[in-house]
Amino acid sequence: MPADHSPIQLEQLTYRLGGTAVLDGIDLVVHKGEILGVMGRSGTGKTTLLRLIMGLIRPTAGRVVVHGQDLSGLEEAELDAIRRSIGMVFQGAALFDSMTVSENVAFPLSEHRLVPRSEIGERVAELLAMVGMENSEDLLPSQLSGGMRKRVGVARALAQNPNVFLYDEPTAGLDPISAAAIDDLIVRLREEVGVTSVIVSHDVESLRRVTDRAAVLHEGRFLAVGPLEQLERSGDLAVRQFLSGSLEGPLTAETQPFTGG
Amino acid sequence: MIQAVGHQVFAVIDFIGDQVILLVRSLGYLLRGYAGGRRTLQQMAVAGTDSLPIAALTLFFVGMAWGYHAAGYMIRFGATGYIGGTTAVAIARELGPALCGVVVAARVGSAFAAELGTMTVTEQIDALRALAVNPIRYLVVPRVIACVTMLPLLTLASVAAGILGAFLFTSYAGVSPGEYFVSIQQWLTPKDLYGGIAKTFVFGFIIALVGCRQGLRTTGGAAGVGRATISAVVLSIVLIYMANFFLTALIFRY
Repeated sequence: MPADHSPIQLEQLTYRLGGTAVLDGIDLVVHKGEILGVMGRSGTGKTTLLRLIMGLIRPTAGRVVVHGQDLSGLEEAELDAIRRSIGMVFQGAALFDSMTVSENVAFPLSEHRLVPRSEIGERVAELLAMVGMENSEDLLPSQLSGGMRKRVGVARALAQNPNVFLYDEPTAGLDPISAAAIDDLIVRLREEVGVTSVIVSHDVESLRRVTDRAAVLHEGRFLAVGPLEQLERSGDLAVRQFLSGSLEGPLTAETQPFTGG
Repeated sequence: MIQAVGHQVFAVIDFIGDQVILLVRSLGYLLRGYAGGRRTLQQMAVAGTDSLPIAALTLFFVGMAWGYHAAGYMIRFGATGYIGGTTAVAIARELGPALCGVVVAARVGSAFAAELGTMTVTEQIDALRALAVNPIRYLVVPRVIACVTMLPLLTLASVAAGILGAFLFTSYAGVSPGEYFVSIQQWLTPKDLYGGIAKTFVFGFIIALVGCRQGLRTTGGAAGVGRATISAVVLSIVLIYMANFFLTALIFRY
């Protein structure tokens, strides 16, 4: 694939579920090596966006182009080739709960025969060290805290050497220290491995620390895309309301049963 | 009303469509020589070896009850020479296959639905796909192979247990062992056995495909997993009953 392709391009991307447009004609280009945040209230289709990029669901209309390849015409087997270049970190980490930490991280290595069998143990230890989870090999996911699970999820995704990372709420439900550790990891992966990242989150603090640009998703469309500092000075009241976490404003105008209005 | 009927019709078509897709994709992997390796062996142990005690026990007691009736009637009519034969034919053709199917559907189909359902609602199925591993290849194929190979063997062993159960009771009731087994020799044909066993191949497909489909289509958290498990057992048992009748009519002609 030519090097000049943007890792991810979305063109007029639309996804409808039972008549309502979850995403309604989104355009976005994510640049190589960029860390892009996607913000939005719960239920605005942020996770749907990641699932579309991963090819786990198909768009109603529009295109998802990953590394210059349009996903819409691809068979499941062809999608698998693209998925191997993308690492996805799920909201609940989605570790395989019947496997130990090391088996989870070894899973892509052994399933796709990425390294010889004899070197798997060594590679797993390396990956776990990258996410600060040394010596946790024999633990089960149920024995880990939320933040530790997410870090193991990152290690498992890293095993395939992806050049794009998708994070679904990486810091949600974590204490500030664990959240900072995840943020640090996201930035280090760009510096050390050069990955492009898309982070779906409503943790504005965390996004301020790590992102180059952020997009605000509301009612299936992007209200604004740009560097966070710029968005915070934006004239768009809806964007400002979201970033400041205010109850009053255009985002809550049509859903205000509490104020009696 | 019309809308409700429409939803039901749509659900049935959706179910059949999913089953066909799962069957075709699974067979596709099998034909390309993919057998699932260690995971298939694990599932064979779960579906087969571990099911043997309950399946054999079921048929043993059903055989005893059958022997109770057979002895009761036939001793009275002096027809003790028919007891072994009628018992063996009934168990080999109908009771063994159908009851083993039901036992495995309840024991194993439910486990498939619960396990895959939990994986679905906790995003583990999405995680598999995100890691470029096809869930049908990784999860469904081993379960299909396990059910289709183990259910016939299980049925064979259970048929033997059923014939033994009937034998023990009829002996107690006074039928001579020699007469019981001579009667089996006279009446039971190889076709009774392999005809009954042949049906269980189809039951194996039903149990694995319905259990996996209900699991993979689970929505709605823990309650959803519960619903998936119930529907997997109910649907596969109903389908086994229906398939059993048509297969019987197809295999055993008069």
